[in-house]
Amino acid sequence: MDERLIVTASPHITAAATTRKMMGTVVLALMPCVLASAIIFGMRALVLEIVTTAACVLFEYLYTRLMKKPNPVGDLSAVVTGLILALNFPVSLPLWIGVVGAFVAIVITKQLFGGLGMNFANPALVGRIVLFTGFAARMTSWVYPDSAVGQLSSATPLQVSDLSQVDLIDLFMGNHGGVLGETCVLACLIGFVILVATKVISPAIPVAYVGTVFVCFLLTGNGLHFALAEIMAGGLMFGAVFMATDYVTSPFTLKGKIVYGVFIGIVTFAIRYFGSMAEGVSYSILLGNLVTPYINDLTHQTPLGYVKPAKKAKEG
Amino acid sequence: MFKKLKRSAEGASVPHEKATAGMATVVMPAPAKVVLPMSQHIGAPAVPVVKKGDTVMVGTLIGQAGGFVSANIYSSVSGTVSAVAPVAMANGSSCNAITIESDGQQTVDPACVPPVVTDKDSFLKAVQNCGLVGLGGAGFPAHVKLSAKGIDYLVINGAECEPFLTPDTREFLECSDTIISGIEAVMKYCEIPNCVIGIERNKPECIDLMSGLVAGMKGVSVKPLPMRYPQGAEKTLIESCTGREVPKVGPTGKPGLPADAGCIVMNVTSVSTLGKFLKTGVPLVTKRLTVDGDAAAKPMNVEVPIGTLFTDIIEFCGGIKEGKTLGKAISGGPMMGLAMFGTDFPVLKQNNGLILLSREAANLPEPSACIRCGRCINGCPMGLEPVNIANAYTAKNMDELGKLNVDLCVACGSCSFVCPAKRPVTQTMRLAKDAYMGYLRSQGGK
Repeated sequence: MDERLIVTASPHITAAATTRKMMGTVVLALMPCVLASAIIFGMRALVLEIVTTAACVLFEYLYTRLMKKPNPVGDLSAVVTGLILALNFPVSLPLWIGVVGAFVAIVITKQLFGGLGMNFANPALVGRIVLFTGFAARMTSWVYPDSAVGQLSSATPLQVSDLSQVDLIDLFMGNHGGVLGETCVLACLIGFVILVATKVISPAIPVAYVGTVFVCFLLTGNGLHFALAEIMAGGLMFGAVFMATDYVTSPFTLKGKIVYGVFIGIVTFAIRYFGSMAEGVSYSILLGNLVTPYINDLTHQTPLGYVKPAKKAKEG
Repeated sequence: MFKKLKRSAEGASVPHEKATAGMATVVMPAPAKVVLPMSQHIGAPAVPVVKKGDTVMVGTLIGQAGGFVSANIYSSVSGTVSAVAPVAMANGSSCNAITIESDGQQTVDPACVPPVVTDKDSFLKAVQNCGLVGLGGAGFPAHVKLSAKGIDYLVINGAECEPFLTPDTREFLECSDTIISGIEAVMKYCEIPNCVIGIERNKPECIDLMSGLVAGMKGVSVKPLPMRYPQGAEKTLIESCTGREVPKVGPTGKPGLPADAGCIVMNVTSVSTLGKFLKTGVPLVTKRLTVDGDAAAKPMNVEVPIGTLFTDIIEFCGGIKEGKTLGKAISGGPMMGLAMFGTDFPVLKQNNGLILLSREAANLPEPSACIRCGRCINGCPMGLEPVNIANAYTAKNMDELGKLNVDLCVACGSCSFVCPAKRPVTQTMRLAKDAYMGYLRSQGGK
């Protein structure tokens, strides 16, 4: 037996947190949304979620196998991408379209750019946007839960002409049409609490994002009910908790996270209020992903004892 | 909140593992031989003043400081010098060393008498004659540090933030009188009006004890510190204790020192050793080490003559735990300590622990892809951005490394510790810093 000692550079211990555990925690945090989708839209929601997630994992495995790269399936990041992507589908979406979305997310957006950590935009987000553009009708063929009442029984909240008439409790519980994961605000908030309590995410981005949208709608002068309905309607909560907080595509420092949250908040507000689209969450987060390198560059933290280099005096 | 915006970094929460904190120090009898390298400090190596065959006693000067930034070396046993020759050191370098065969008597040199101290000059002379260096790990000669001018804060480092290590805890509990007399002497002769004793909150018994002892002393206070690694890093400690930041660049254009913030930081064991020397005249010849780790049969705090071989200490402490194979022997703590490639190395003045890890514990997990989670940024006590520095280093972009202040890295290990992808971030930081410093030198800069 080899008795030689192991010599490595310090430190000689590491924290318990691993990529796999963190991704596992995100999967756990998504479970309330998965459960809510099954309760609100029935068992087909689960089938769609399982097929899409399995497709994501399979594409990840096949691609890395083809490219002779190490098998990354164990880090669970493809499971997270698959679940988030599936939670962005309406329940009626044909399964094969879900598989197409999985291909766009995993192969095109993630692996072609270098795999985990190298993608410039959130894979699930791009998958969703591509499907919305390519299969617009199918991606918006809403199914309304039987228990939905009033205006919400025939329109998604953001299509309702006057949001200030909508029942806030219905919005909060998700008792209305929409994509699988976004309707139930309660489930998103439970996920948020899990992620923050386990320190997987910092609350900075979701709070700054939702807060900005809320304040902007409040400033339009349509009243508190309207502003509250706006932040609970559509994909805002789901996007803020699970998509805007993606590590790879959001800024590093607290300062950067707040700037990012406020930025995508303003863009979301602008799209929803001034634009012709009802929903603006995915496009604003995508835009946020794209400007993240610039935000990182402008929001460095100040090192301990940092002294600004003296500016050279202008020569007259 | 505002401060967090400026710098969200807060260090790492490392495990404590301080099982030996409650164990009284066991004094190890003098081993058959000790090896005393001439370089146990930062600065010029000491010059041997004895030759093979000479008889020495405990406290006999055997190595004369080789300059101002250097330190004296004293014999830690009584016996005969058997060799003056270069030996391999644990860090891979080689260094002139004096080997002494012990006679087992431990006779103290009659020349060891309490020094006569009347003013700052005679005090600094006494510190020099003590052979004192920074005992927390840095090994910076103490008299050099103490000769700084314009100091208004003496910060005593009792944070002991490294996991496993408890020698400073035992110093508080066993030698509080010499800690106090050491602090009094430094404050009096170096004319420092204030003193803060920083102790991490995981040592409440030390905080209580010291708070009681300093109650009547003018200008001295105890500061309980948050349990965040590396609380005991010099610049972090100064900020926690005094609110001051050591500037990146000092007034002379050289890297900033604690003195530039009006502070001197001394390890609690250093100041206590000084107190003992002023009382007895016996210089620095023994050191307390924590022997711990999952492969240590009997974890304990042991006081050994400096120069004792780690092999002898392992044997004294009951060897390797049954059923375990020694995988890694670390001199120091697990965060910043040095993994040695053998155990036949001598204990140096600044060593404070011997961590024995089994093969299972010693093998670190395989690194995987960076997920850009930013934990290394929030873990960096200096407020640096390891992930960006690693990218700039990969691209060999020296200007960017400079902009990212890589030269401020203290290699504390926090970034590697917190990394969920288990990447060796600290190692990359060290390489990046070395590369940048080399670049600066090649540019003819500072």
